[in-house]
Amino acid sequence: MAASDEQAIRKRVMTRHIPWIIIAIVGAVALAVVAVSRGEAVNALWIVVAAVSSFLVAYRYYALYIARHVMRLDPSRPTPAIRRADGLDYVATDRVVLFGHHFAAIAGAGPLVGPVLAAQMGYLPGTLWIIAGVVLAGAVQDFMVLFISMRRDGKSLGELIRMEMGQVAGAIALFGAFMIMVIILAVLALIVVKALAESPWGMFTVAATVPLAMLMGVYTRWIRPGRIGEVSLLGLVGLLAAIVYGQSVAQSPVWGPIFTFTPVQLCWILIGYGAVASVLPVWLLLAPRDYLSTFLKIGAIAALAIGIVIMAPPLKMHAVTQFVNGNGPVWSGGLFPFLFITIACGAVSGFHALIASGTTPKLIANEAHAPMIGYGAMLMEAFVAIMALVGASILDPGIYFTMNSPAAVIGKDAASAAAAVTAMGFPIAPDLILQTAKDVGEHSIISRAGGAPTLAVAMAEIFSHVVGGPAMKAFWYHFAILFEALFILTAVDAGTRAGRFMLQDLIALALPGFKEGRSMAPGIIATALTVAAWGFFLYQGVTDPLGGVNTLWPVFGISNQMLAALALMLGTAVLFRMKRDRFAWVTMIPTAWLLICTLWAGFLKLFSADAKVGFLTHAARFSAAASAGEVLAPAKSMAEMNAIIFNDRVDAGLVAIFLFVVLAILGFTIRTCLAARRVAAPTAREIPVQLVPAE
Amino acid sequence: MSLFLHRLRQTARMMVGMPDYDIYLRHMQEHHPDRTPMDRIAFFRERQEARYGGKNGGKCC
Repeated sequence: MAASDEQAIRKRVMTRHIPWIIIAIVGAVALAVVAVSRGEAVNALWIVVAAVSSFLVAYRYYALYIARHVMRLDPSRPTPAIRRADGLDYVATDRVVLFGHHFAAIAGAGPLVGPVLAAQMGYLPGTLWIIAGVVLAGAVQDFMVLFISMRRDGKSLGELIRMEMGQVAGAIALFGAFMIMVIILAVLALIVVKALAESPWGMFTVAATVPLAMLMGVYTRWIRPGRIGEVSLLGLVGLLAAIVYGQSVAQSPVWGPIFTFTPVQLCWILIGYGAVASVLPVWLLLAPRDYLSTFLKIGAIAALAIGIVIMAPPLKMHAVTQFVNGNGPVWSGGLFPFLFITIACGAVSGFHALIASGTTPKLIANEAHAPMIGYGAMLMEAFVAIMALVGASILDPGIYFTMNSPAAVIGKDAASAAAAVTAMGFPIAPDLILQTAKDVGEHSIISRAGGAPTLAVAMAEIFSHVVGGPAMKAFWYHFAILFEALFILTAVDAGTRAGRFMLQDLIALALPGFKEGRSMAPGIIATALTVAAWGFFLYQGVTDPLGGVNTLWPVFGISNQMLAALALMLGTAVLFRMKRDRFAWVTMIPTAWLLICTLWAGFLKLFSADAKVGFLTHAARFSAAASAGEVLAPAKSMAEMNAIIFNDRVDAGLVAIFLFVVLAILGFTIRTCLAARRVAAPTAREIPVQLVPAE
Repeated sequence: MSLFLHRLRQTARMMVGMPDYDIYLRHMQEHHPDRTPMDRIAFFRERQEARYGGKNGGKCC
């Protein structure tokens, strides 16, 4: 009897794995189709199937392995939400509800933009990196930080590093996080500038969101307080009206020019907006617009997924283009290491470490929910990145390169752009460029780098296939632009506020009086400094003749991946201090990969002899010319020459700072791990269960 | 069905950082019966300020 029981159990164990084996096989077949077919167009659904099956298998096996063996999650151990329950910050939340909260917080513009830019190398490198990166690095990082913070009362990344690696390491990490915030804000604002410049329709709809949000703010403040759903629906109606009327505004001889701005004008408008919006009361502008942008974001992502499945579009981009060698027009640098920093969010994003150690660990009801929240939500974000990559790859490659190459390379009119892009090996007729612009209701689609406009064209293509046909393309294009601009502007506003507090904390390390006091001055000074910092990089990007994205996106990627490396190093240090050394490979492998990529990319950005990649080489070339009295293109005067040299040096300094931060934390990590190995007992500073505070 | 709608509403509100007022009320009754809890509007305003005041690290890229 006993033997047959055992056999039955073994059989049940076996059958439990069968569905997963089937999913794995399906995924492998799909991946093989994507990877090996050449010559004929591959259907986009193969990429989606390959990604989804990989994610499911990784979640079922790898996330579970980490939960059971590496972290040894304990469902009976009270989480901060139980121990410190206060009904406000610490609330035990249903895991599906919390998944929504966490996903809405981590998914932003990043996973939509990076993959679009990476498509210049073809869809294959990006797809493989997103799948491998998220499974082995990105999701592990989010999960690990959530775990560490969950065991320490939901403390933030900076505090966690301080607790486990010491004061100095904590201060360095805080400083690094502030610089990353500055670069992220500049890059996001730059994307908005690229999307709205010379586009009265887009500009009108985005501008209309400001008074619209304020009306919503007044509504939720006094008329019907707390009715978020109601006010969001009203706001949505307003938004749709703004898109529809935007067309008439753009065509009006009076209003059209009023809403037409040059990139430099838009840059100053955004800087002014950031400064004002971030000191307004939150209920007036930030909160109501966040409601709109969050719900629109979730809705648009879901609609995009459904649209791709219904349309099942073939991929027109090549699997691999000749630009893997590093001479691409969208961004400079070869596949290694630059692909791995161009796609940051979606594969691995350091910024998530701030979210996973923010509100989420205070809301998690049971440790057993952590894999779904930490690992699962990141897989979901990778899925968003895959959809963005698919979007960019279903466009005609000629259109893709017309939209994403700088004007310095392809000129400013359809004829020159078509000739230049055709010469790259992606044949396109000038008529198609003009027709595409006309279809989406814009004057021009040439050199609209930054990812958002390209994705908007793709979304217009997909949505109009499902709803409305070609006549609706222009509407959907502006809907997509609005949806991206909306949450980027929310991020600029919220990020400026967060940057202000980070800066106040940092300055308070030297001047203790600089924290929150009775005086308004520290807050105003810190806000002004934060806006000035990102405004500087935004202005530099906007006036950069190579288009800005070219320069700023790699710096952003390096900084974001560096923060991820930092978070994974914290994870490694904690595992050593818990005496789980033999499982530390789970964080050490992705750490090593990120360190190799960021350090090598940073090194190239500083010292590469190729002036298109290396800041210092570029500066040296321009300064040699300047001292000889020459003016090099694209500069038109000596003042512009000096500006280029100055910008190059600032960028080089910034990259050097990032390298310093990552190397310093690496040093602290090694020291911490060695110290932990010398001690027999665990030294990790988890907050013990029995310490229940009063609240 | 109503449970599903309730969950959906809860998820949507939590996505913008608004926890459940009833849970807060229950917590206050169970643990601090001596204190007057905030009313629904005060609760809403308090949570809004807590989420957007900037001390939560902002949003992701």
